Amino acid sequence: MDDLEQLYQDLILDHYKQPRHRQALTDEEVSVEADNPLCGDQLRLAVECDAGRVATIRHDGKGCAISQASASMMCETLTGRTVEEVGVAVRDFVAAMRGEREFDPSWPDEWLALQGVCKFPLRVKCATLAWHALQKALERQVE
Amino acid sequence: MAATPNKSTGGPALDVQRIRADFPILQQKVHDERPLIYLDNAATSQKPQLVIDALTTYYTQYNANVHRALHYLGEQATARYEAVRKKVADFIGAGDSGTVVFTRGTTESINLVARAWGAARLQAGDEIIVTGMEHHSNIIPWQLCCRERGARLRWVELLPDGTLDLEQYREVLNERTRLVAMTHVSNVLGTLNPVAAMAHEAHQIGACVVVDGAQSVPYLPVNVAALDVDFFAFSGHKCGGPTGAGVCWIRRERLAEMEPFMGGGEMIERVHDDDATWAEPPYKFEAGTPNIADVIALGAALEYLEGLGMEAVHTYEQALTTYALDTLAALPGVRIFGSAPERGGAVSFAVEGLHPHDLSQYVDQHGIAIRAGHLCAQPLMRRLGVPAVSRASLSYYNTTAEIDALAASIRRAQKFFGHG
Repeated sequence: MDDLEQLYQDLILDHYKQPRHRQALTDEEVSVEADNPLCGDQLRLAVECDAGRVATIRHDGKGCAISQASASMMCETLTGRTVEEVGVAVRDFVAAMRGEREFDPSWPDEWLALQGVCKFPLRVKCATLAWHALQKALERQVE
Repeated sequence: MAATPNKSTGGPALDVQRIRADFPILQQKVHDERPLIYLDNAATSQKPQLVIDALTTYYTQYNANVHRALHYLGEQATARYEAVRKKVADFIGAGDSGTVVFTRGTTESINLVARAWGAARLQAGDEIIVTGMEHHSNIIPWQLCCRERGARLRWVELLPDGTLDLEQYREVLNERTRLVAMTHVSNVLGTLNPVAAMAHEAHQIGACVVVDGAQSVPYLPVNVAALDVDFFAFSGHKCGGPTGAGVCWIRRERLAEMEPFMGGGEMIERVHDDDATWAEPPYKFEAGTPNIADVIALGAALEYLEGLGMEAVHTYEQALTTYALDTLAALPGVRIFGSAPERGGAVSFAVEGLHPHDLSQYVDQHGIAIRAGHLCAQPLMRRLGVPAVSRASLSYYNTTAEIDALAASIRRAQKFFGHG
């Protein structure tokens, strides 16, 4: 069961069972919606920027442990960073999940915990769903 | 409970252990030497050795293009390919093998009907009825057809037990209805629909009926003449055959009304510079070189099923499905979707607090293959009020012991994810 325990590390299960920054969002608050048609996961993000920083990120929706935990971890680790930093972080994290670059040991524990998902290629989409959504939300705000 | 069904149901019982020996893939171990437990048969079935052998024999002994080559190999290939047409006709009670069109599978068969019959005949204001339990393959072709022809899609809703609301069906059925598109057996709820009765009502107002038989043909004896429908589609790969070979059965009267599906070689009679005339059905609908090897191997798969006897297969699978329903429903926090009295082998369920993907991933580590997701039935998921379900779907080579293993694995998943 080694692979499975790597996939569902304690930190991931912790975020799944007690998601941070999760809140029932009204339609007006929602910045972006993302679907994972493979599994029927649905995620909604409310992103608020202030003075060039991502001030708050909140999420709601339905999904598997990986997608839910990843959304929670993303909000936890990116809130308060500048919009530019968040853009770089999302790009780096998604590239690492896709195997296009190495995971950097200096990254937050939450990101490193998701490394185990890479062994399950079908689940990478679950782990990156929130991140792609955040990227889209920020692109819209720039426009 | 033993692996064989109750003897009182009559007919020869299946010797499942012996049957399993015919399937090389079932002999393998996965994930740390665990025996493979394959419960994703609604997606595709495993293949008995004789089907795999049929592919090899074709490619090693008589590979040639069909219908045109005037040489030994061409004659062999053509004779065997056409023999499968007859075998299919017999297998589904069609009699007339000229009504059997080979396709890649159910999806292509339904698209064939949507293009060659639907798009060619429908007009603005016409209506097509689909049911709330259809697979996307029996929805999207009709949406496309409606968009192109200005026709309208109407829906038959479900009752709480997962059967169709027949009263509401009679309400949506009207003089504008040209076609009723319905599944024989649901790939999610397992529901066996009263196709013959619904087809009778459709015909009374002059509408045609197309049936998705992907889940019924592997599960129970099917007789298209008794169902009295117009089009019947199924996939060989869910019946033990290879991928890439399926069937569109088309009632004689409908064949005469249809335009070509795809254009190319094989489907023509005479080609002029500016136009052409068509070959007689079924060849009119089989443009290009068909999946010869796959069709021939589909013939072997149907022979295998005939050898077991579809009555015996059905009896066994029904007993196994009942066992699976009882076993899973007895687990705390497990909810089954669909409780139709007559049903096929798809058992969909939700485990409280556990996303289907996580469950599927977890039981996979125990060597158990189940399916998780919307199962290509998003309109049905909306009606059930869930984004996704888990599904165990059974075949005649599955056993009660495998279902017990699934139940035990679900219990462990509940503990792992902290529920139950």
